Amino acid sequence: MVPTATASDPIVQVEAITLRFGGLTSLSDVSLTQQRGEILAVIGPNGAGKTSLFNCLTGVYHPQEGNITFHDDHGKSVEIVGPKPRFAGLGGKSHVRNHGRKPHQVNRAGIARTFQTSRLFNALTAFENVKIGVESRMHTGPIGAMLRLPRTRHEDRESDARASELLEFVGLRERANDIASSLPYGDRRRLEIARALGTSPQLLLLDEPAAGTNPAEKNELVRLIRKVNDERGVSVLLIEHDMGLVMTLADRIVVLNFGQVIASGVPAEVQQNPAVIEAYLGAPDPEDAYDTSGPAEDGPEK
Amino acid sequence: MSTVRAPTPLLRRLWLSTDARRLAACVAGGLVLAVMTGPEGSGTAPTSGFTGSLGNSRVIGFVVFGVVLWLLMTARQRYGTEIRAVSDRLSAAPRRLLPDKRVRGVFYLVLLGIAIGYPTVLNGFWQEVLVDQIGVYVLLALGLNVVVGYAGLLDLGYIAFYAIGAYSAAYWTGALPVHPLFHLNAFYAIPLAVLAAMLAGVILGAPTLRLRGDYLAIVTLGFGEIIEIVANNLQGVTGGAQGVIGIPHFSIHFLGVVYHWGLGSLPYYYLLLGFIVVVLIAFHFLENSRVGRAWVAIREDEVAAESSGINVLKYKVMAFAIGASTSGLAGMVEASKIGFVEPGDFTVQLSILILVLVIFGGMGSLPGAVIGAAVLQFLPQYLRVHPLFGFQQQDLYLYLGAILVVMMIFRPVGVFPSRRRKRELGLAEHGVGSADAMESTTGPIS
Repeated sequence: MVPTATASDPIVQVEAITLRFGGLTSLSDVSLTQQRGEILAVIGPNGAGKTSLFNCLTGVYHPQEGNITFHDDHGKSVEIVGPKPRFAGLGGKSHVRNHGRKPHQVNRAGIARTFQTSRLFNALTAFENVKIGVESRMHTGPIGAMLRLPRTRHEDRESDARASELLEFVGLRERANDIASSLPYGDRRRLEIARALGTSPQLLLLDEPAAGTNPAEKNELVRLIRKVNDERGVSVLLIEHDMGLVMTLADRIVVLNFGQVIASGVPAEVQQNPAVIEAYLGAPDPEDAYDTSGPAEDGPEK
Repeated sequence: MSTVRAPTPLLRRLWLSTDARRLAACVAGGLVLAVMTGPEGSGTAPTSGFTGSLGNSRVIGFVVFGVVLWLLMTARQRYGTEIRAVSDRLSAAPRRLLPDKRVRGVFYLVLLGIAIGYPTVLNGFWQEVLVDQIGVYVLLALGLNVVVGYAGLLDLGYIAFYAIGAYSAAYWTGALPVHPLFHLNAFYAIPLAVLAAMLAGVILGAPTLRLRGDYLAIVTLGFGEIIEIVANNLQGVTGGAQGVIGIPHFSIHFLGVVYHWGLGSLPYYYLLLGFIVVVLIAFHFLENSRVGRAWVAIREDEVAAESSGINVLKYKVMAFAIGASTSGLAGMVEASKIGFVEPGDFTVQLSILILVLVIFGGMGSLPGAVIGAAVLQFLPQYLRVHPLFGFQQQDLYLYLGAILVVMMIFRPVGVFPSRRRKRELGLAEHGVGSADAMESTTGPIS
């Protein structure tokens, strides 16, 4: 999984983004590049701005400065955030200098995500959850649906097949008809990944995939993320607190602290980096050291 | 207060007993209801409202009502779980009795046969009720069900689209003071009326559906008011408060087929029935399609829906437009049936009434919308003409309000809930699986 060629083939480029909430600067001048096919981990103490970075990448927040560009597998570049001034008149906000895409547009471009606290469609079955993800790539409109045109039925069968295949892939085939809310925690995590994969992403953002899982579930998750990366060729960007998981999974690591990138590199380098050690107060397991500290940030994320 | 002793131990014991207090409250509620629905007082005899209703034999009925209510509440408290089990089994019965698709198909055909055959034996009054009160409102409820039930948007100005449909009918047939370039037969104006209502839905929806929850309800409420006030005051265009008359009945002259809808209700009933069946089939397909599932996703978790690639605004506008066009269709048919439109037919109360029909039947459920509308629209008419009850029209909203309160407390999912909706409400009640419940297990956000 280590990039075979050192030649640069970035899938996403974050260039000097700054995100402010009023007087609070959540991200300042953050830049990072992820190579195609890479598993990149973003770590940092609580309140370092990791989830803010995710929300910028997925169009939930629009940073005031900087660019984010996504390069898809077909050579097309999509500007997720860029300095496109909007028409400042009627309804336009002249103070928003950066133009950002909406979450569904970002998803359409090829970036899918999971959430820190899993956000499944709880009253639906596991199968339906995945199917909704798959169907966002289909084209049936209301007229086609009401008349149940041949194309509609064809798409329906196609998405059924894709959803089954994805449930099989994440190992939830037996759970297909279970209500999402009835699934155990680890299964919910995997179902969320299946739903995200349903939208055929090229880049998958995982927000603390292992949070709240037990060691057995964690091992399975590691295997699943590897499989997503190897078999499906999906690049993975993950936020994680669990250093063990990060060290085994990540090809490269970016360390954030107080909204700034303080280090980046392969796991071994980052572990030795004095700035990183200082940020984590020298504690071997950052989770223990920083469990309660750090300003609570990202309130609006819920 | 322990030093203050009650006058008699018995009264004190009664006061301390929840059951007795509840019984007193229920009977008092029955008495209030008796006064509210009884005769009015007047300047010369200000207390006649009370004496006329409390001193009358009809008060017995209301006291009995109070006691029955108390019995129901007590039974629910004592045997709540058993009652719920039975009611769940009852509401699941149709599915259990009709497991086979073919059996269900036959069942629906039989229902349709009854719907076609039975009205012919009714008298003129009931045939008219079937069209004006039931058919039109079933169609309206089906449309609002898409907006409220499927997409989860609270629309309090739904009647406005009905008004737009009705006024479109008047416009295209030349009944309004303003005339179109060419007059149309009412029948061919149907698509135009539907289109006008749909356009209104899109125009209202596109900017306002970005709002969440309560704000949207207020905007739609305002829109409903605007349409009513415009219809009232734009004399030169809408004919003002007294409305316009002379909207012709439908007629077909097409490929040798000539048919004219006349004054009778039955032809309109069959036309409406046709529309309702088509709408039912279309909405059933819609519910189980990509679009229907996208609505469920939005209803359940908008953020997750967005990041699963669903254009939330687009789907909300879509629901709004589909609901609006159904409403417009109902308005068009009714305008042609009665031959006139007046702004008084489009009050906010009617929007609320349709909402009540949908909630009563069960949000997001097609049989619920049909049965809810049919039952709630039939009952007042039945009670009104029934010699025993002597129901008064002006008390209608009083009873509807009471039904709504009781429904929300005892069966918030409606009489015939959709399975999904029921599950959602169940989850929300128990807090299972909601994002908030997970919060504690994951610690602070990074």
